[in-house]
Amino acid sequence: MLLYIQSWLKHAALEVQEYVRLVAATGRALVTPPRYGHDIVEQFDVIGVGSLTVVLLTGFFTGAALTSQTGITLDQFGGRTVVGRLVSASMIKELGPVLTALMLTGRIGSGIAAELGSMVVTDQINALRALGTDPIRKLVLPRVLAGFLMAPVLTIIADFVGIVGGWLVARFQLQVASGQYWSSVTEALYMQDVWMGIIKPFVLGFVIVTIACHVGLRTKGGTQGVGEATTIAVVAGSVAVIAVDFFATQVLIKLMY
Amino acid sequence: MRIRNYDYEIDAQASQTAAEILSLPGAPVVVFDQVRLAFDEKVVLSNISFTLISGHTKIILGASGSGKSTILKIITGLLHADGGVVWVNGERVDQLSEREMMAVRADLGMIFQEGALFDSLTVRENVGYKLYEESDMPLEHADKRVEEVLGFIGLSEYIDRMPSELSGGQRRRVAIARAMSFKPRILLYDEATTGLDPITATTVDEEIIKLRDLEHVSSIVVTHQLRDAFYIATHMAVRGPNGKVEVVRATPEKERQAEFIMLRDGEICFEGDADALRQSNDPYLRTFLS
Repeated sequence: MLLYIQSWLKHAALEVQEYVRLVAATGRALVTPPRYGHDIVEQFDVIGVGSLTVVLLTGFFTGAALTSQTGITLDQFGGRTVVGRLVSASMIKELGPVLTALMLTGRIGSGIAAELGSMVVTDQINALRALGTDPIRKLVLPRVLAGFLMAPVLTIIADFVGIVGGWLVARFQLQVASGQYWSSVTEALYMQDVWMGIIKPFVLGFVIVTIACHVGLRTKGGTQGVGEATTIAVVAGSVAVIAVDFFATQVLIKLMY
Repeated sequence: MRIRNYDYEIDAQASQTAAEILSLPGAPVVVFDQVRLAFDEKVVLSNISFTLISGHTKIILGASGSGKSTILKIITGLLHADGGVVWVNGERVDQLSEREMMAVRADLGMIFQEGALFDSLTVRENVGYKLYEESDMPLEHADKRVEEVLGFIGLSEYIDRMPSELSGGQRRRVAIARAMSFKPRILLYDEATTGLDPITATTVDEEIIKLRDLEHVSSIVVTHQLRDAFYIATHMAVRGPNGKVEVVRATPEKERQAEFIMLRDGEICFEGDADALRQSNDPYLRTFLS
């Protein structure tokens, strides 16, 4: 049992070490040439534009469901008309960033791990190195930049669409007047809430993509290894999103409220 | 004569002198001196020493898992040896960082097992990868070089296909084209014909021979396919008066420029030309050759 724990701890320490080395190498690649502009633009398209559909649907139905549920609860206190406040605060501060990040983990995290893992097991990464290309600059940096910068954009879109979804439910199911709904959306929002809702996606986007790249580049064992890497990227990415969200929230509350 | 000083400042004068020396016939382009490597408890290479002369061919034979591919990866810096000295084109690669290795790799081309083509790029983009992405060659010149190289290997009409649309043999030949497109002085072939039918394997062997004899490339060929190893050692490419290239039986002098190395248990158990290999009485070699 002790040997198993020892072995597990060693393995975990090695993974953390290699993750930190990957992040450091990515940071170096950001500030020194060469950079591959074409690949960066391509990843912005794949990660940003390509994730729009899933983010729109997620945001819309989350906002709609949230409104239905909170409408019922608020009815007990005769507070149905303030449903917009709850929806906007919940979406902007927590649900928007976290659910968007979880959708991105499933969509881009798995895709990145599978793509890089396949390249590792078919020697394409070694071929890149033999041809004089640093895989971190060519493959990792474009994805990290795209994830880091597009996660907040997608979150804002999810928040907006979620609030719109909430409006539809509030208007047609809860019979709350549109004017009341939209007024209450902005009433309860403080600037700190908005900042929190914008800063967290930067961190979450970075975590999702770096974990996926790390797992993908350390794939071993052929096609089975690629499958395992994909699963690990999604599971580890999802758990990391929830955990990082908690810690980021604590830090931001301390700093801003 | 200094090739490169030990704190890695490039000595322009020494580099120029080294380049002049390395371009002379008979210059060593790859030197392994008592190289060893182990993965955990498993010793893969133990006391490996050999020299590749400019324009010559080294054919590394051995059973699966004997460390043949590992030697190629050490030359390209994809793996670092645990001990010993490795010189490639006058650079001591066992002491270089990944960033410093990029300059050495500019003169090295490697053909991986299964080709390792980039499956999201077309044949054109694969073959011209180094020219398009890692050089400042004008686009038109790079396109021209890609077309020239694909013409050399006879796959011009596949230029816009994806690797998944190619057969195994075609993929290997595109991999050779990719490795030679930037005119490296050393080409490394890792099991280039494994898994191919005899006719396709011969086609790949002839590409290797043409590159060696017409482009004057130094080669290290790793294989366990004896038929292909002997074919490469005993044939040569000549350009006829009409410009047509033919692969013919090699002259004795040419045959002697192809040396065999047999690996066993991480060590070299034979080094010599094709004749010496055929005439060896070593029981292991006789079993391997039978």
